[in-house]
Formats: sequence, structure tokens, C-alpha cells
Amino acid sequence: MSLEQFKNRNVGTQNYKKLDLEHSPTCGWCQFKQVVSRTFKPELFVGLWVTLREMGNALFRGKMHTTQYPFEKLPISPRYRAIHDMLRLLESGHYRCIGCGLCEKICISNCISMDTRYDENQRKEVSEYTINFGRCIFCGYCAEVCPELAIVHGPRYETASEQRASFSLFEDMLTPIDKLNLQQEYDGFGAISSNADENIKKTPLAY
Amino acid sequence: MSEVQTVENMVSITIDGVEYKAKEGEYILNAARANDVFIPAICYLTRCSPTLACRICLVEADGKQVYSCNAKVKEGMEITVSTPDILAERRAMMEVYDVNHPLQCGVCDQSGECELQNYTLELQVDSQSYSIQDTKREASDWSSVLHYDPGLCIVCERCTTVCKDMIGDAAIKTTSRGGEALDKSWKDNMPKDAYAMWNKLQKSVIAPSNGTGSTDCSDCGECVAVCPVGALVSKDFVYTSNAWDLKKIPATCAHCSSGCQIYYETKPASIEDRTEKIFRVTNEWNYVSLCGAGRFAYDFENNIEGKDEVAFASAVEAFKQAKVIHFNSVITNEEALMLQTLKEKLGVKLINREARAFQRFLNFYTQASGNSLYTLDFKEVMQSDFVMSVGTSLRNDNPNARYAFNNVQKMNKGAGLYFHPVGDTLVPTFGKTVESFVHQAGHEEAALLLIIDLFADKDKLSDSVKEQLDRDALITTLGGDADKFNAAFDKMMKKKEKFSLMVGEDLYFHEKAENLAKLIAVLEASSEVSVAMIPPKTNSLGVALICDLDDEADGFTIGYNESGDFKLSALGDGDLDMPAMNQQEGTLTNMHKRVTPTNAAVDYHGYELNDIMREVAVAPKETIDWTEHLPTAKGFKAVEFDSLPNGYLNDGTENRGYVLETTSIEVEEVSIEKFDKSRGLEGEIAYRCNPQRQFNDFSDKAHQIFEGFGLYASPAKAETLGSKVEVTFDMGSITLDVIVDDRMEGNIVAVPDFKSAENIYELFAESRYQTVTIREV
Ligand code: SF4
Ligand code: SF4
Ligand code: SF4
Ligand code: SF4
Ligand code: SF4
Ligand code: FES
Repeated sequence: MSLEQFKNRNVGTQNYKKLDLEHSPTCGWCQFKQVVSRTFKPELFVGLWVTLREMGNALFRGKMHTTQYPFEKLPISPRYRAIHDMLRLLESGHYRCIGCGLCEKICISNCISMDTRYDENQRKEVSEYTINFGRCIFCGYCAEVCPELAIVHGPRYETASEQRASFSLFEDMLTPIDKLNLQQEYDGFGAISSNADENIKKTPLAY
Repeated sequence: MSEVQTVENMVSITIDGVEYKAKEGEYILNAARANDVFIPAICYLTRCSPTLACRICLVEADGKQVYSCNAKVKEGMEITVSTPDILAERRAMMEVYDVNHPLQCGVCDQSGECELQNYTLELQVDSQSYSIQDTKREASDWSSVLHYDPGLCIVCERCTTVCKDMIGDAAIKTTSRGGEALDKSWKDNMPKDAYAMWNKLQKSVIAPSNGTGSTDCSDCGECVAVCPVGALVSKDFVYTSNAWDLKKIPATCAHCSSGCQIYYETKPASIEDRTEKIFRVTNEWNYVSLCGAGRFAYDFENNIEGKDEVAFASAVEAFKQAKVIHFNSVITNEEALMLQTLKEKLGVKLINREARAFQRFLNFYTQASGNSLYTLDFKEVMQSDFVMSVGTSLRNDNPNARYAFNNVQKMNKGAGLYFHPVGDTLVPTFGKTVESFVHQAGHEEAALLLIIDLFADKDKLSDSVKEQLDRDALITTLGGDADKFNAAFDKMMKKKEKFSLMVGEDLYFHEKAENLAKLIAVLEASSEVSVAMIPPKTNSLGVALICDLDDEADGFTIGYNESGDFKLSALGDGDLDMPAMNQQEGTLTNMHKRVTPTNAAVDYHGYELNDIMREVAVAPKETIDWTEHLPTAKGFKAVEFDSLPNGYLNDGTENRGYVLETTSIEVEEVSIEKFDKSRGLEGEIAYRCNPQRQFNDFSDKAHQIFEGFGLYASPAKAETLGSKVEVTFDMGSITLDVIVDDRMEGNIVAVPDFKSAENIYELFAESRYQTVTIREV
């Protein structure tokens, strides 16, 4: 479609077409007549027939269109931003989060907080991590800034719960260790680009 | 500001085509900084000697490449900060620093305030041209507070430099890394300075200088403060917070009279507990150096639930019937003024032992000299090139007095004379021309007489002094060897211009205090030596100036952080809770004669002294509304608390609070009592003195201070004592564990006074030295 007509902002020369509308009825009788003539048209019965036909299809010929939510769910795009997942390293099963605090810093609604400490293996341990989903606006900044692809948005969009504490702790978001083989690599907001390898400069290793 | 303006010669220099003024003889880097011009520099520390470890501060001066941190400005000098050659050097240096650097910024404690990060970005390093095989370097703890990760260390030597030039411990040094040698081909293929820097970097790491795995030092943590990267971190802080999460609260350290500038850095304690907690203390390390108490003793706050109305009502009752208020020097000027107001309105007596002794001494000095306050501050002491110390255990009483003593030796090619009855193994190591006299306790007058003899213009002396000046006899009395000392002294005096003397608490708690104060006045009047005094405890100077203190008192006593019939306490052990120093706003008067503001870092929900004042006398709305009413007659200024600055300017000018006004009048010549040699103490002697890093109940409460309450003795003495002893004084006795202090020498033992509950002042009465009997139990 040409954009010509949108770019022409000279209202005076545009071709407006005036619709030929009936006048609205003014007296009571005229209004009654209009209602009756609009209600009882053959289209009503066409509509009823379609409903009946589809019901027949669904009941007797197995052509059901309804998604049985919550037993069935529609697939969603990887870019959908729902409740966060915390991913693990596939090889070791250790959580990916290194405790850098960048998500905590960037979070626009200031709803992430974390406690870290020096652990027995001389590493930074994330001793506690929480997101206050009462405040999270699902902007995706945390997933985008995370250098380890540790915090990502998962597909879990049902945010109704008796308590919001039910899904705001580290363990709740972390891939269960026995489901590690089912962990999906994240493809959405903040994921590495498909040509990432080409963009990396290698460090010289002369020895 | 009534800063002492020394007339210094200014020269004109041009940096990148713009003309600036600079102090003659100043390093180019400092001149640039003072004029707000940026020159990249990593290894240089203001107040310490340039080490030329990083070489990144290269500039071109009058057509030649020089290191701006050790080249001095000259009249008309033309400086270019960056030429293409210099930029290539700098970029190569930054690439070299990143060779085998783990780049673990994600977890590193320094991330966000890391100079390696900053300069890597500043110089836009986006590729690496150099490489060499890495060496295994393992992280370790050097002491109970120091954690070193050599993997992150860029061997800038700032830590070793500050430890030597400022602190004086020289507890760490560079040692061999055991790494691969650089390929010779680099020499021709990379910028020259970058190669030289790399060559050294590749060979070194930092390690304790005593050859063991632990530093065994003063644990001041200044090395941690200056480290530009995450290599040196305090052990307790490792991996607990990112720099950017912490809120910096400008404050004044409340542990000793140095009143150092600090920032309390706070953030919510944890996910469960959202109350603000102090995670660490930092400082403007280019301009002020902290000690271990200032840096690590920060968690002494009084955590209470809320206002206890019952306790408050009984406190008001107690104040109404009080005859005496017993307090100590860990108090703000404002609160001191409140207590003084109570004295004026209700007639209570004010007891503060250490401030009273100091007040008396100051009064004697003022009468004898006509100066309202001692003449030098400790910044000026640091500028001198001959520094002396009498009557203070330099290592324990006041860390910054000690840093000044040390810094003079290292930076000003200075000399030092140290007089003290307790032998110390550290002070003599400060410099080659440091002479120490371990004299008998009670012979402090002899020390001052010797100094007068050494420096005074004899024509200006009265007969009462002159007749006592027999140099060789004085030296012998003080335990020295006359011939040796006279020879050494001649060497010490070479090219010396500015003379300073620091005196301390031994002289204030002394039966001859008046005579000692007069001797100091005589010394100042007759020589070029100026004197700085070390107030005994945190705000002793402020209290001495603000309060009219009493010597003796009895009757119903209110103890404020001290014992009493009714006890106000910021330690949580009293009848009514009070806020601790890190929960209060107000001002402190420090030994630099400066009134500095401090702010509240941690929440406090209870009553304050001002609330009691409102009930029993008068009070404005806030504690800090008292600030502008501090006595102007004593040198304070009528300024509002909120208008007081708390920082440093780029050229190092201290811009904190204000300096006390001092006055000086002519006085008549004083007559000096005769020094009586027989007054020296003999036998078993106890000295009232705290271990390093301990000053009061508050430093003791902090979880990173481990120095215990016990009897401190030199290793040799400790051996003869056993592990637990009863020390009997005239006034009572106390049972203490024996703790070895490696740096003490001789037979005198030290009994700390940092626990107010132990009433150590009662035992020692009006002297810091007492003869005692010690018995193993
Ligand atoms: S999605 Fe946005 S608001 Fe929610 S936690 Fe992440 S950064 Fe914060
Ligand atoms: S020292 Fe600096 S550059 Fe090195 S890992 Fe830490 S923050 Fe990053
Ligand atoms: S530990 Fe820090 S201050 Fe010391 S040399 Fe290494 S990088 Fe420099
Ligand atoms: S803590 Fe102080 S004394 Fe110890 S190594 Fe560090 S700077 Fe030196
Ligand atoms: S205790 Fe004294 S020397 Fe140490 S940091 Fe505090 S004020 Fe400074
Ligand atoms: S700052 Fe001058 S050499 Fe490092």
C-alpha cells in the first residue's frame, strides 16, 4: 500500500465521502417500527443455524475448538515475559546466578533483593534471593542485564496465588534439580544473538 | 575558614594550553588535581612517596616524557597530558594489566569502584595484544581482618606504600610471584614503559614482610582502603555487598580524639531484616588514614525496640534529684553543652575524669603561655621535619599522632625523638634517625628539660630553667648514653627547619602537671618548637572547652555511659537507653582543633538526652539545634549544624566543619619548679593504657575487634607473670588475664581502661602510672 495519502496532510484537498444515513426516528411509533424491523431479519436464523451446526460438529464429529484451560494451555512466544525462572548449569547442576547484583540494580521497580556471602569454596554464594511480584512490572530488564542468562522470564503467567510469597524465593524459581534435563535454553529477552560467536574477539594465547 | 595560610611561592604552569597556578615544588599530578585537571594515575598516594609502579601517569613536560607523580612543577612549564605516544603507552599498560586478570567483575567486591575497570573503559581497551602463561595464585587471609586475593592484584604497591609511609608497620612487601619470564621479543614490539611495568608486574605479588602467611600488624585496614582493585578486602566484607548498594553516610569517627573523617556505608541488613546496617567504613584515604578501631569497630549501635516511657519517667525523676552527672568523652559537643546547661540551671556537678585532667592541663598551659589552645595541629606536625613525642604511648593512645610521627620520617627526611617509660619495638623502626628514650615513669619533666636544652635560645630562658639544664646529666637520667646521643643528635639536626612536639595523657595525669605545662610554654616561647597536644579520649577537648568540670562530687549520681545510681547508656545496659555515636547527629571537637559534624547511620527509636532536657530544663526541638549555641568565647562558632561541610577538596584542603578560633596574649615569664629526680617510680609498675584498636566500650562491642580486656605485657615480662594475675593497687585490686603484646618491651605492664564498668580510673587515681604488686592466681 502506498503511503502517499497518509503523507498528504493537506486536509482541504482530500476526498471525503459523505455517508447517506437515515435520520434517527423521532416519534415513539417510528422507534418501535425500527426495533421490530431490525430484530426479525433472516440473518438471525442464519446465526442460529451456524451455532447448531458447530454444536453438532463438536459433539458428534470431534471438531472441538475450546482450549481446556487450565488443563490445556496455548503455546506462548519465548519473548513473553512471565514469572521468572532461575536456570542451572547443565553440566554441574549448580545454579547459574553468580550474585553480581546487576538485576537487583537495574530493576526498575526495585523489587529484587539478594543476600550473598563468601562460601567454603571461596566463591560468592547467593544465600537468598527474592523478587517481590507485587511490584514487578515484568519489564524484562533483569533478564536482559544478567550476564549468565541465569534469571530469565519463564512461561508461567498465572500469577494468582494465596500468597505472593509462594513464588518469590530462589528455590521456587530455580529449575528443580530432577528436572534439569527438561530445562529449556531461554530464547527471549536478553538471550544471546544467533551470531554471537562471530562477534567475540579471542584473547591471545601465545604459550 | 581560618586555615593557617602559609605563604607559599606559586608558579605558573600550562596544561594542555591552559594556564594554571601551582605551588612551587609540587608534583605535576598534585598540581593538576588541585586545578581539577585529570591525569590518569593509579599507584600514587597523596601524602606518600611515589613508587612509579604503574607508570600510567606519563605526561609530556617541556617536550620530555615524565611521570607526573614524581616530577615537580617549574615556573613556565608546559605540560601535555596526552600525546599519541603516551596514549599508546597507556593503552598498552591497561592491556597488560588485563593479561591474566580474572575479570570476575561480576562477583568482585570492587566492581563499580574499581580503578582497573575505570581505566580500562577510560582508555577504551577493547582488545588484547599480549599474553603469557598464568601462575597459580591462591587467596588467603593475612589476619583476622585482611583478605588478599593475589589473582586480582595489579601490584600497584599502594598497600605496601601506605603501610610503610603512613602507618609505619611496613608489614607487607612485594615478593616474587614465580611467574614465567617475559619473552624478550616483547621488548622491541611494545611501548617501552608498558614493557618495563609488565616485566615487574609479572615477577611480583604482595606478601606479609615477616615471611609468614600472616601480617601480625596493627590491623588498621588502610591497605584495604587504598587497594584500587578487589585484591585486598576486609575479611568480613568479602562478597557481602556491591559498592553501589551501599549508602555513604559522612561522619566523624567517635573512637579517639583524632576524629577522622569516615563514611559509614549502610544497606538493609538482609532480605528478612530491612533495617539499615553498617557493612563497612570507608574514608577519603588520600587525605586521612584510619586505624583499626575506626575502620572495623562500627557496629556498636544500641538496638532497641522503641520508647520506654516508664524508664523515661524515672530518668526525669532521677535528673530532678541528681547531684552529680558522671560521663566520659564519647559524647558530642551538643550533649556536653546540654550537661553544662544542667549544671547552670540545676547546679549538678559534672564529673569527667579524662577531660578534667586535660582541662586542668590546658588551663595551666594557657596561664603560662597566653595561648588559648595548643599551637600546632597534627596536620602541621606532619609538615614538620623534626618531631618529638613526650608522655604518650604513641602506638596506643592516638593512631594519627603516630602516623604523623612516622610520616615525617618517611616523607620529610625527618628525625624523631621519642620519650616514653614503656619500651616499644615499633617506633624506632619508623626511621633511621629516630632516637627513643625509655625513661623512668615520673621523669617527664626531664624529657621536656632536655628538649628545651636542645632547642631553646638560652638567652630567652629564665634562671629557674637555665639552672636545670645540664644536658649530659639529663640524658643519663632519661636512660640514654650522653656521648652516643650527642653524636646522633648532630646528625639528626642536619637540614631541619620545622620542629614539632606532641604531648599526651601521661602529662595530664601527672602530679607535676602544672610544671610540665609551664615547661611546654617555656619551650614554645624560647625555641622554634611548636606543640600539639593529644586529648586523652574522643571529645575530651570539646568537653574541656564546653563544660565546667568538677574534681570531686558525691550524692545521687547519674552515669552517662559510666557508673552511677541511675544509668543512661548507649550500650544497652543502663536504666534508660541512649543512642550510640553512630545513631546520633552532632559535632565533635578533635585534636586538630576542628569541630567536625557526624551523622546518624543507624536508626534509633528511643529517647535522647535532648528529650530529658526538655522535661527538666530547656531544650530546642533537635539535638543539633544546640550546635549554634556552643560557647563562642571558647573558640566555637555560632553556626548551624546543617551548614557544616564534611569533606576534602581536590587539592587536599580539609573542608570539614570549622577550626576553633584561638587567641594569644602576652604573659609574664613563669617560674619553673625544680625537677626532682627522686620522684621517678620504682618497682613493679602498671600503666593505664589500651591495646591498639581499643578505645572504649564501643570499640569493644564491635565484632571485628578482638583485643581483650587483660594485662598487656612484653613477651619477656609475660613469661614471668603466668597466665592470670591479680594486680593490687593502693586503691584496690583487679584480676586479669595476661596478654602478650609483641611490640612492648621492658617491665611495665599495661592495664586497659576501655571498659567503663571496671572503674580503672579509680585504681589509677590522678596518675597514669602506679606501683602495684602482681601475683599469679
Ligand atoms: S522484570 Fe523488571 S520489574 Fe520485574 S524483577 Fe525484572 S527488572 Fe524488576
Ligand atoms: S578487580 Fe576490578 S577489574 Fe578485576 S574483577 Fe574486580 S572489579 Fe573487575
Ligand atoms: S593488593 Fe591492591 S593495593 Fe596492594 S599491590 Fe595489589 S592491587 Fe595494589
Ligand atoms: S592493616 Fe594496616 S598495618 Fe596491617 S598491612 Fe594493612 S596497612 Fe599495614
Ligand atoms: S580511632 Fe582515632 S585514629 Fe582511629 S579512625 Fe577513629 S579517630 Fe581515627
Ligand atoms: S601514578 Fe605515577 S607512576 Fe603510578
